[in-house]
Amino acid sequence: MGADFKFALLWSDVLIYFLVLSVVGFFVLLRSKPQTRKSWLQVFESRIGIASFMVMCLYIFIALLDSIHFREALPPVEGSTEVHYSNNVESVLDLILVDLKDNHEKTYSAPFALYSFAKENMTDEQGRLYRDFPRLRYGGAHLDSIEERGEDILLRSLHAVGLGVLFAFVAIVLVQLARKRWLPDLALPWGTVYLVLLLICVVVVWVLELGAYYHIMGTDKVGTDVLYQSIKSIRTGVLIGTLATVLALPFAIGLGISAGYFKGWVDDVVQYIYTTLSSIPDILLIAAAVLVIDVYIETRAEQFELLIQRADFKFLALCLIFGLTSWTGLCRLLRAETLKVSQLDYVEAARAFGVSHSGIILRHILPNVMHLVIISLVLNFSTFVLAESILSYIGVGVDASMNSWGNMINTARQELSRDPTVWWSILSAFILMFVLVLAANLFSDKVRDAFDPRTVAGGRS
Amino acid sequence: MLAYIIRRLLYALPILVGVNLITFALFFMVNSPDHMAQAQLGIKHITPEAIAQWKAERGYDKPLFVNDREDSEGLLTDTIFFEKSVKLFVFDFGKTDEGRSIATEIKQRMIPSLSVALPVFIIGLTVNICFSLIVVMFRASMFELAAMVLCVAMFSISGMFYIIGGQFIFGKTWNLVPVSGYLHGVDALRFLILPVFIGVIGGIGGGTRLYRMIFLEEANRDYIRTARAKGVSEYGILFKHLLPNGLIPILTGVVVIIPTLFMGSLLTESFFGIPGLGSFTIDGIQAQDFSIVRSMVFLGSVLYIIGLLLTDISYTWVDPRVRLS
Amino acid sequence: MLKKALTILCISTLLFGCDSAQWNNPHPSGDEGKVVLYSVFSAKPKNLDPVRTYNLDESTFIDQIYEPPLEYHYLKRPYVLQPMTLTAMPEVRYFDKEGRELPTDAANPAMSKYIFDIKPGILYQPHAAFALDKDGKPYYQFSSAAESARFKKLEDFSKTDTKELVAADYIYQFRRMADPTLQMPIWNIIEQYVQGMKETRAEIVEYRKNHSEGWIDLRQFDIAGIEEIDRYRFSVTINGKYPQFKYWLAFHFFAPVPMEVDRFYNQPGLADRNISLSYHPVGTGAYMMTKHNPHEEIVLERNPNYHENYYPSEGEPGDREKGLLDDAGKRLPFVDKIIFRYEKEAIPTWTKFLQGYYDRSGISSDSFDQAVVVNVEGIGLSEEMQSKGVRLNTSIEPATYYMGFNMLDPIVGDQKAVDKEKNRKLRQAIAIAFDEKEQVSIFRNGRGEVAMSPLPPGLFGYRSGEQGINPYVFEWKDGEAQRRSIEDAKQLLAEAGYPGGRDKTTGKPLVLNLDTTTGGSGGNARQNWLIKQFDKIGIQLNIRATDYNRFQDKMENGKAQIFFWGWFADYPDPENFLFLLYGPNGRVGSGGSGVNSSNYDNPEYNRLFDKMKNMEDSPERLEIIEKMIALYHRDVPWASSFHPQSFVLNNEWMKNYKPHGISQVTLKYQNIDVNLREQRRAEWNKPVLWPLFAMALIVIVVAIPGYKAHKRRQTRRGKD
Repeated sequence: MGADFKFALLWSDVLIYFLVLSVVGFFVLLRSKPQTRKSWLQVFESRIGIASFMVMCLYIFIALLDSIHFREALPPVEGSTEVHYSNNVESVLDLILVDLKDNHEKTYSAPFALYSFAKENMTDEQGRLYRDFPRLRYGGAHLDSIEERGEDILLRSLHAVGLGVLFAFVAIVLVQLARKRWLPDLALPWGTVYLVLLLICVVVVWVLELGAYYHIMGTDKVGTDVLYQSIKSIRTGVLIGTLATVLALPFAIGLGISAGYFKGWVDDVVQYIYTTLSSIPDILLIAAAVLVIDVYIETRAEQFELLIQRADFKFLALCLIFGLTSWTGLCRLLRAETLKVSQLDYVEAARAFGVSHSGIILRHILPNVMHLVIISLVLNFSTFVLAESILSYIGVGVDASMNSWGNMINTARQELSRDPTVWWSILSAFILMFVLVLAANLFSDKVRDAFDPRTVAGGRS
Repeated sequence: MLAYIIRRLLYALPILVGVNLITFALFFMVNSPDHMAQAQLGIKHITPEAIAQWKAERGYDKPLFVNDREDSEGLLTDTIFFEKSVKLFVFDFGKTDEGRSIATEIKQRMIPSLSVALPVFIIGLTVNICFSLIVVMFRASMFELAAMVLCVAMFSISGMFYIIGGQFIFGKTWNLVPVSGYLHGVDALRFLILPVFIGVIGGIGGGTRLYRMIFLEEANRDYIRTARAKGVSEYGILFKHLLPNGLIPILTGVVVIIPTLFMGSLLTESFFGIPGLGSFTIDGIQAQDFSIVRSMVFLGSVLYIIGLLLTDISYTWVDPRVRLS
Repeated sequence: MLKKALTILCISTLLFGCDSAQWNNPHPSGDEGKVVLYSVFSAKPKNLDPVRTYNLDESTFIDQIYEPPLEYHYLKRPYVLQPMTLTAMPEVRYFDKEGRELPTDAANPAMSKYIFDIKPGILYQPHAAFALDKDGKPYYQFSSAAESARFKKLEDFSKTDTKELVAADYIYQFRRMADPTLQMPIWNIIEQYVQGMKETRAEIVEYRKNHSEGWIDLRQFDIAGIEEIDRYRFSVTINGKYPQFKYWLAFHFFAPVPMEVDRFYNQPGLADRNISLSYHPVGTGAYMMTKHNPHEEIVLERNPNYHENYYPSEGEPGDREKGLLDDAGKRLPFVDKIIFRYEKEAIPTWTKFLQGYYDRSGISSDSFDQAVVVNVEGIGLSEEMQSKGVRLNTSIEPATYYMGFNMLDPIVGDQKAVDKEKNRKLRQAIAIAFDEKEQVSIFRNGRGEVAMSPLPPGLFGYRSGEQGINPYVFEWKDGEAQRRSIEDAKQLLAEAGYPGGRDKTTGKPLVLNLDTTTGGSGGNARQNWLIKQFDKIGIQLNIRATDYNRFQDKMENGKAQIFFWGWFADYPDPENFLFLLYGPNGRVGSGGSGVNSSNYDNPEYNRLFDKMKNMEDSPERLEIIEKMIALYHRDVPWASSFHPQSFVLNNEWMKNYKPHGISQVTLKYQNIDVNLREQRRAEWNKPVLWPLFAMALIVIVVAIPGYKAHKRRQTRRGKD
């Protein structure tokens, strides 16, 4: 196309990239810490651990693709050299899913349907008015009749599977080479890794290939592809799962550790803060805070020029509030753990040698409580993804213009009472959400087993 | 003991003041009393006089925190904050913005809320403990793995699916129970079966997983191994040692939520049309009725603090070595 | 486990087995033998005082209880008024300034006098307020809150009595309108027209300054324009001529509230326990409210003292065939008790309707396709509904929903525009691009008629067919109104200075803002659809959604640009719609209470409106209305609008239902075939038992091998 474009940086994009980079950096750093390294190896050496990790990686990768936003330039106008950009912010994922995105039908259609879900008035060759299900504009438009559909799907699926296997094979060979070269002693369950890789390749290729010809999960009320919506929702889900905890981490770590370390009045104040916050029912806190955000946006309308910026800001705020409702638990744990750690001999010794407070906290205390942070991070992930859908029901969830599973489920609630039932949009959202939450839960189980001193102790016996 | 309890209750006072301040600040940051009046009075023909009168009738015509019109005595007391918040401490909830007595509402609605929440809590706890014991019994087998994956799967399903699915299957397809609704008295039983059933089912995944961990931790202790070495049967170990010892952390862990059962469940009550405190709260949020929100937050906080206190007491009760100081 | 399953089974059989009733019946038992109508409400009534309430949520209830002087004929269309408690329609006499009577066809009288003649013998519902002791004094009289403290609910007042409806009761209600603490919603109209109201209000305000405590007997304040002629007759004098006054007389604002009731409810302490007129209405109507619990249910029961009132014996052509005249001449009401249950969730409500537990249902957008099929002949019921015997009633409501422009906006507006002609063309272009028909068909399942003017069908001045179309947006082709082509819109947009949606000089894309409330229907799908509409002509639409309060603020300050709004008729007169565009009613200008949300202010239109509003329906009036509509068509203050269509489904056993767009006084006409209902409910709700047994079986099947495995394991463990 060669069209000009301009990157549109959203705050959440910046945060998610920052987050991913820091996670990668974290893994690099951890090579030097034998104890943590051992724990992580324990996670990845289990089959469930590595498989769920890979699935999560796929989701995160999609979320990352969907977090590179840009605005296309509008065609130039005569007599003006200034370039203007479309208000329509797109992401790299949209480029990949362009078939799914642009193939708009008029209204509902079932998965793999050739015909619309609603009858329409049409005129036949003789000019008579009749009413029937019209053919879809895109879904299966290359077919002449419904009879060809089964065969066509089968052929295309076989083709896609073949292609997927091919890609997977190439990937596996590459991984194998890399492994031989750099990680000869890494004892991961490689069989599982390859199997999952194969599955991912096949599914991705299949979706892309068939998505161009059919609406795999049907279309919604205004004819948008449902699968496209659910895939776009991945970003919302992944971001809310991670950012919510991460945004609140500084509070939890800072307050929790200082309470445990300094004791005295600091401890009293921190305890007071978290008891107060945790005694307010979460849902009320969230509802009230979301309303505050609305006002904030409204009073600064000029800073939020685009719909997407507005939605993004609201979304980040929601993440922060989510985090605020959950940090009290972590804060309490950290405080208790710090109390314990700061009694240890070497911390006492460091203090006697006159090491500064910040030095002790950074070098001795923080590393010793890090496992609690990791556990709460992975544990909260799935909780937040699920909570988002409930908030949408109460009406204080993410902005309606954002694709999210919560919004999809909320609209689908009504569609279920249609007859024939419109089941596909809730199913699609459910499957994608379920896979992510399941993977996250399985992964968090493994992480907890590996890091929690209690289970670690049990494991040793 | 009594002195301890009294001290703890006194300690709760500043927390409750904090809670009130936060709710108050959050709510009035977005809702000026004028907005509340507008929302309450409806859309057609609202005059400024009507709004002014609405505010005056409900005491919203005062300044929020500091009244600089008054001389020293009314400086802090003749304000919305003082009028609306301080009375809560003597449990005078006042009236909703619609003009209904909140105390009466709470009294009426506590029963429906409890009649869902309590059975869900008790049955759920029993079922989860049974299941987790069974899983522990078969530990390190395919059965355990399958059971755990099932638990995670059940836990990963949003609560709304259970509710919608349950209503569809039991109420609509099989005609076994009313789809939703509530009646007082004995009639209530019919309406409670489904929400309770769904509440229990929805909790199995998370609960079983959690309790299994606790039991496993217990199972790895020395005394269990000693008992096994001595040849005590697996059955005996399970019920004589594991169950009573594992129950302690489970029960002390759930004590904190017992008082909050009064507050009911937001989602279940809304979907099943049960006129409890949960749906009351949601209605309050949606209608932006500050009096309801503030009262429910206050009540919730009080119950939570009582829960914390009960937890501490239960610790001394199960373990005499812990002393309250 | 097995044991548990069996116990559950036993208990459930015990619970439900004995009565053969349906297990899933959500209604209480105990109403056998009575004709009970089961209905729902989803918005809680806020205040039931007839002088204060102005919402549909409340009039659904109180219009069955209170009786203003007039009512609408139940069956006749167009809407016809008839006396409710009067012996005849009120007599109207015209006078000039000096008080001389003028002939009935006088064009500009200085005042008009309405004379009301009440039927003797109409009694109020039994109520504690009417209870008297031996000396004829009120039975319940309290001087302090402590004395009344033992009466917690209205039902605690066990002694009740009744009283005859007299002219003084209606007059007392006029005095209540003057009381500023009661905030009568249409006070500006009353004060403008009814003579002496303003002065009386001033007197009451003055009096209240010195008497802030306790009940004020409003009888001490006389209203100059209202005269009690005798026990049953009174007159109301209004300034000039106000033909719409008769419609207001069918509103509950004008229902009688006797002094006894006001006195009773204003006794010390009662209001604190919600024993007040805002909660417990007292009227002469067919029903009385016996239970008011807005979070659960509201129950209306037959008023035992209800006066003679009969089902109409004539109606619109076709009513007889529909069976609407089967009960002609029978005494009203037919139904003994109406139970309204509070239902918030749409799906359970719809399910219960299908199960026969609710007698009537509206159709939400999403259960629509289950109930209704649209075919060439029109709209009909789906097979499933037909097999259930459900009947469908549709009617275009006297209402208009629109997408308006804020005329104060510099880009889309008019008043502050640099070039008015340019902005008008922009509005016209948008009006063409915004496909209202598609919106109605996707988001409302076709339940609505695309509007050509603010006037909905059934009102004087409404024009259908070729004459009625908006020539700026539509063309008449092949016997129907067709939207002009997108090319026309693009052309207009170019003329407006935005060729291709880009500013002619700078090339900057035109971005317009749509202001809505969050959670507005449809969510993402609808937003995408809206953006697509503007995108057709290259305009970029930015949707600014905020919460309701913020949205109201924007409307009030004139900061909105494009918005959605609606109006529901108070009475069937064109004035009630055309005033939505009358300049002095502007939302911004009038401190937020104006109904003209788009702040349209065209001097010519205003002049025509002033002339039209007090005219009786006549060819001249029609001519003026058409001129006004032509101005509306040209200036496009509203981009697009439609008149909603209401669909109501009635179960087979419901009789005499006919939708009435304006009046809520409908329940007394309803009738139910209770036996048929019983029979159908039993047919539709047979409990399916096999799943219970299946579940028990599964438990057994799982439990036995599990137990065996456990045994095996135990013995194995024992060995090692």
